Amino acid sequence: MSILVNKDTKVIVQGFTGKEGTFHAEQCLAYGTKIVGGVTPNKGGETHLGKPVFNTVKDAVASTGATVSMVFVPPAFVADAVMEAADAGIELAVIITEGAPVKDMMYAKQYATKHSMKTIGPNCPGIITADECKIGIMPGMIFKKGNVGLISKSGTLTYEGANQVVKEGFGITTAVGIGGDPIIGLSYKQILPMFEADPETEAIVMIGEIGGDLEIQAAKLIKEQITKPVVAFIAGQTAPKGKRMGHAGAIISGSAGTAKEKMDALEAAGVKVVVSPAEIGKAIAEVLANR
Amino acid sequence: MNIHEYQAKQIFAQYGVPTPRGIIANTPDEAVRNAEKLGGDIWVVKAQIHAGGRGLGGGVKLAKSLDEVRELASEILGMTLITHQTGPEGKLVQKVYIEEGADIKDELYLSVVLDRAQEMPIIMASTEGGMDIETVAEKTPEKIIKVTIDPSIGFQGFHGRELVFGLGITDKKEQRKMIDFASKLYKVYMDKDAEMIEINPLVKTGAGDFIALDGKMGFDDSALGRHPELEDMRDISEEDPDEREASQYGLSYIALDGEIGCMVNGAGLAMGTMDTINYMGGTPANFLDVGGSANAETVAKGFEIILKNPNVKAIFVNIFGGIVRCDRIANGILEATKLVDVHVPVIVRLDGTNAPEAAEILKNANIANVIPATDLADGAAKAVAAAKGEL
Repeated sequence: MSILVNKDTKVIVQGFTGKEGTFHAEQCLAYGTKIVGGVTPNKGGETHLGKPVFNTVKDAVASTGATVSMVFVPPAFVADAVMEAADAGIELAVIITEGAPVKDMMYAKQYATKHSMKTIGPNCPGIITADECKIGIMPGMIFKKGNVGLISKSGTLTYEGANQVVKEGFGITTAVGIGGDPIIGLSYKQILPMFEADPETEAIVMIGEIGGDLEIQAAKLIKEQITKPVVAFIAGQTAPKGKRMGHAGAIISGSAGTAKEKMDALEAAGVKVVVSPAEIGKAIAEVLANR
Repeated sequence: MNIHEYQAKQIFAQYGVPTPRGIIANTPDEAVRNAEKLGGDIWVVKAQIHAGGRGLGGGVKLAKSLDEVRELASEILGMTLITHQTGPEGKLVQKVYIEEGADIKDELYLSVVLDRAQEMPIIMASTEGGMDIETVAEKTPEKIIKVTIDPSIGFQGFHGRELVFGLGITDKKEQRKMIDFASKLYKVYMDKDAEMIEINPLVKTGAGDFIALDGKMGFDDSALGRHPELEDMRDISEEDPDEREASQYGLSYIALDGEIGCMVNGAGLAMGTMDTINYMGGTPANFLDVGGSANAETVAKGFEIILKNPNVKAIFVNIFGGIVRCDRIANGILEATKLVDVHVPVIVRLDGTNAPEAAEILKNANIANVIPATDLADGAAKAVAAAKGEL
């Protein structure tokens, strides 16, 4: 078992024939992801990476039955692509592109929600179910199959966390990189209950960072609904106030969104909070031993 | 990106948001000429820097004659203004805004920002204008009114009513003026892809008009591509030159006040590296994200920028190679040490794809001050020891 995606998930790529889209679609195919085609306007009818290209998402869905889209279009076209996917009945759009304007995402996410389409990202590494399906840009070989679910705002911390979990002798069910923009799709609040319901997931790693209050919302939810052990790390304990730390959303505004308030809230919810990402693996080993 | 008060007011004026009349000046002579053009017998001379707290720092002064305008403009232009937001080094004032005096009856606060939890803009307003809004929020949260605007319906009448009744405005004419003000400001926010607009204070004049006495605007950097008119308002003297240089090479750099330079791929891991150094008893000298494709050129640039900081006693390169293979990065690092004179110990941790090959490359290169580390904890510990001269 896993969450959101598995070996049978049919995926299309929006921005299929572009440089990034091509490179990463190829990597996903090599991993075993069922990419059934892609969309590039005016290239409909062509074949790319051995898969059919369509002019519109509607065409792609009609002829392939795809339910998930991996979005690689340039930043200015992300909202359009996401709304097109929602309109065409896609169930989940995984948005890899970095630098989409916040206002665009505000509209796109509202529209997606109205059409019951889930989104992940933007500006994220994507989602991977170990040994089954990789939709994104993460190095697949790190994610050995196992019993730990992982959610992270940061790409490289996703790899760091997964790598440590694997080095401790465990593995990953599904890892989701949710991105660090001010407006993102699925977040801890939606994904934690999925891991709770997944029989294969026995523990959860949650990696957050400064800015916004998604981790605080997560803490509330964990307290009320999550019985599986959760290990958390919040990046940016040493980040200065008012400075944007790489991710558009990673900024302490005034006194809100600090690492400390998030760590305190998570700790109060019974989460094992580590102060350095170097401790994630050990902490998982510990909570799994104490089950 | 942020802009100056006078630029924000230019934008307000284009949208019909009332502001006092004013003209920007670069010299005392120009300041006097502008005051003459504006007419009247009272003017405000305002230092134009991005940081807040200008008034308290002595950067905003009232002039009651043209001579006084000249005197104050001479004083403020070229001064290093220190406010709670500039840091102790202050900010050089290069422009002053000469504005007509206003007849202030009440001072209010109004801002439009993104509410990240609701994923919609909110208008925040308060009767406590002229004060630090964080302080108001903390001490008297009931004095802050928040009105969420769903962008799919835009600013409606009920939003306006919530706002004016919340602010205790009872005069119907004043209510109309305030609602008009707020709806126009919301339009500015949406049209310009603003990240925040803050007017503090927004004043009510003796005649019952509402005007923006101050104006602060910040924009979504990701949207600047579709606003060339805003890009023209960029004042590079307001940006940290090192941060700016780094960004031109696709690096994201922020200087801190510690001793260990950090070069990391990915913003989250970069913060996590700083946190780990701190946890192990060291102090990070910077945040530096070299991005997804660390190569010899970007790594060399990273070294160069880090080493501009004289406090740096050691550098920790922490790269988790994913799609980019570690052996390539290792070669890039070796290449970079030839391009830049790296005179402090460099601790290198390369993990992920082809990490063993990378370790071999670094070992064989046998460069005295390049010290390999096995993982994040090991690297951070070595960096802390190296900075203390204990390695």
